[in-house]
Amino acid sequence: MSAPAAAPVPTPTVQPIIAAIGIGKSFPGIRALDGVDFSVLPGEVHALVGENGAGKSTLMQILAGVYRPDEGEILIDGQPVVFDNRRDAEAAGVSIVFQELSLVLQLSVAENIFAGRQPVGRFGLIDVKRMNREATSALAPFRLAVDPRDQVGLLSLASQQIVEIAKALSVRARVLILDEPTSSLTTTETERLMATIRSLRDRGLGIIYISHHLREVFEISDRITVLRDGRYRGTWRTDGVTEQEIVAEMVGRAFQAVSGPYMPRAFGTESALQVEGLSRAGQFADISFTLHEGEILGLAGLVGAGRSELAQALFGLTQPDAGTMAVEGHRVRFRSPRDAVAAGMGYLTEDRKQAGLFLAMSLAWNVAAPNLKRFSAGGFMRDAEAREVTETYMRQLRIRARSVEQKVIGLSGGNQQKVLLAMWLATSPRILIVDEPTRGVDVGAKAEIHNVLLDLANQGVAIVLISSELPEVMHLSDAILVMHRGRVVARFAGGEVDEDEILAYAAGVGGAPIAGAASHEDMA
Amino acid sequence: MTDLTVPQSTTARRGPLWLVLRKLLEVRELTTLLFLILVSVFIALRSPYFLTPDNLKAIVLGMSTTGIMAVGMTVLLVAGGFDLSVGSVLALGGALAGWLIVAGLPIPLAVLIGILVGPAIGLANGLLVTKVGINPLITTLGMMSIVRGAVLLIGGGFGISNLPQEFNNLGQTVILGFQSPIWVMVVLAIVGDVLLRRSRPLRQAYYVGGNERSARLSGIPVDRVKIWAFILTSTVAALAGVLTAARFGSASVTAGTGVELSVIAAVVIGGASLAGGEGTVLGAILGVLLLQVIQSALTLLDVPLYWQPISIGGVLILAVGLDAISRRVRHLDGRA
Ligand SMILES: Nc1ncnc2c1ncn2[C@@H]1O[C@H](COP(=O)(O)OP(=O)(O)OP(=O)(O)O)[C@@H](O)[C@H]1O
Ligand SMILES: [Mg+2]
Repeated sequence: MSAPAAAPVPTPTVQPIIAAIGIGKSFPGIRALDGVDFSVLPGEVHALVGENGAGKSTLMQILAGVYRPDEGEILIDGQPVVFDNRRDAEAAGVSIVFQELSLVLQLSVAENIFAGRQPVGRFGLIDVKRMNREATSALAPFRLAVDPRDQVGLLSLASQQIVEIAKALSVRARVLILDEPTSSLTTTETERLMATIRSLRDRGLGIIYISHHLREVFEISDRITVLRDGRYRGTWRTDGVTEQEIVAEMVGRAFQAVSGPYMPRAFGTESALQVEGLSRAGQFADISFTLHEGEILGLAGLVGAGRSELAQALFGLTQPDAGTMAVEGHRVRFRSPRDAVAAGMGYLTEDRKQAGLFLAMSLAWNVAAPNLKRFSAGGFMRDAEAREVTETYMRQLRIRARSVEQKVIGLSGGNQQKVLLAMWLATSPRILIVDEPTRGVDVGAKAEIHNVLLDLANQGVAIVLISSELPEVMHLSDAILVMHRGRVVARFAGGEVDEDEILAYAAGVGGAPIAGAASHEDMA
Repeated sequence: MTDLTVPQSTTARRGPLWLVLRKLLEVRELTTLLFLILVSVFIALRSPYFLTPDNLKAIVLGMSTTGIMAVGMTVLLVAGGFDLSVGSVLALGGALAGWLIVAGLPIPLAVLIGILVGPAIGLANGLLVTKVGINPLITTLGMMSIVRGAVLLIGGGFGISNLPQEFNNLGQTVILGFQSPIWVMVVLAIVGDVLLRRSRPLRQAYYVGGNERSARLSGIPVDRVKIWAFILTSTVAALAGVLTAARFGSASVTAGTGVELSVIAAVVIGGASLAGGEGTVLGAILGVLLLQVIQSALTLLDVPLYWQPISIGGVLILAVGLDAISRRVRHLDGRA
């Protein structure tokens, strides 16, 4: 085990706003936290990092009053406190953005932001006008194009994430916890969030920042604490430690964390998926591309560019208004995802909690969901086979779970993401659409998932990759489409473009977009 | 905020016995069974008549109607729906068969039509819920009223009595000491339990009830699964109606009034969740049995009649409440 060059910082002399001392917490069959110390000073951003299942979210939920620790205590301004529930923690000034969003999908954006503390006007009625106005200003820093009256359930996951952040920010908090707030945000939104965090920090708030993107961690934080297997590894000043050292502490060995450059790959000449002039009002327009067997097509764009909406139409969840699709040369029209699955397609949704997983069911049942035919014979389920296959994926993807019988809800976020991947790998798709395939997974697992995708492509599977992480898109894609406001504004072959150029196109300020689109019409 | 109490350890420090116990508690049928045994022992101690073969037979016969309907309702609840119209459908199945017999139709044909009215109503419920998008509560509440009206139209206020013995045999024949409705319930329960546990079509119901959006994206035909669940529920209700009419030799227009409550209560007591995605036929049948045992006890112990609905409601709330608490203990709801 390599010890980092810099020694952990000594205990600060300033009084922390909130401190956790010797925290222990167990769940059935697992010790999630064991003797963990953690504190936040006023006016600092304290990053918390560790692998999937290291205990980060559990620790935050303890600070936010969701769970009670089995051992240890929490101090606010040096005074021991016990939080019985979230309300207690809120009253003490702790505000949190959960890793798994907790918005009420049926309510409006404004109602969500001000849930339980709506501004009241005369006669004790909710002052809707004022609430909407304040919601607009709460969202202003993110320049998100949503109406505060919009129903949250209809927003994209990234927009929901922004709403959730705005909600946490609008509480007059002293400590703000952000548990993977940028997992579905693109660089642009992330930068806006960073700016907001800095201004809050300068106002004296203590901020806890959890992320698997070490780039962000190093950009924003003042101190970094590492957890491994539920144990406290130490706390470092960000300016006194390197990324490699932190990664080594997290995984217990040296590890190359960043996505490498694009490696040219050979792929087939047969068209796997051909799309022409696909449009859907208000979502995307005039999308055309050809995806070949074994090719990886990356879709880049900002939140709201219409990438996920396009994916849903490709998979038959929604119906396009115009345009055609052909799978392996045959014209298709999917009336439902069922048709798409039957045609050999798979779709890893970005929204694993709401639309991907069955949280209250076991790993094996989740993996079986899109594979009922495979795991049955004569109309009867062969559960033993489903369990076996799930076990194989559990080992291959290193899913941290007690057994394949464990309910998915008890897994950490990154491990849930791996279960979602296993579900669709088990279908042996010929065309796979992956929307944020590495959302919430740690650095090691991210590299593993990249390898899984490359392996699939090398076996001839055609892949559509949507990711808010440009390095990921650039590392994997043989061809890149950049979308802006529902349209393809640029096309590039793999390795021929850099991050800044893609960003410029994504923001709608790239040069001569139409020419670029035309010259790369056929990218084989 | 209370202060300075050191938080106590919860499950972590307890021994293996506790672990085994918790594992057992996770099998919901066992909780229901345990409850059933406790209640039975209590009653048996107070009334010597309770455990006599005659009384036990009466209990099983008494539960057969609800038991038959519970098989369908379980599947529907698992798929995330529920149906308030089953009581009315029961009455319509019996009344229609009876009316057609009186009108001179051959008995097998009349019986068949009486049963087939079930799938017709189920299809209507299913289409209204899935394609039109009215929620199950409103849809089946409306259907409950409409169907009851149809029963009154056919039965003319007094119902249809003096049905021919040939028809009545359907519900009165005794086989191996048990009356035919009991056998129908037993067969349906066993077949239903096995199919719901193991068959591919019914496995889909769990996914649909567990998370409809995920099910749709997994390629499961969500609407079709729900429609079939509604059809199944109404079909067994109509079947129960024909059997009830045959058993009593008459089709009453008030038959099955309020029975939807006991059916849903029994299924939920047996481990199904109104949120969908959970439940077994075995559990539901145990739930029906529990309610019937309590009802029998109230009669044996000379408790006034109005205690019946009170006790059904009480047991329902108790069972579901205990389940909610045990879930929280198991951290199932802990995650945000
Ligand atoms: N409600 C629960 N029931 C059972 N086990 C749980 C529960 N919540 C968390 N765990 C377990 O506790 C451990 C720590 O989980 P936690 O969610 O804190 O990890 P994390 O560091 O946030 O991981 P990630 O980066 O994947 O979000 C995991 O092994 C997880 O399976
Ligand atoms: Mg987490």
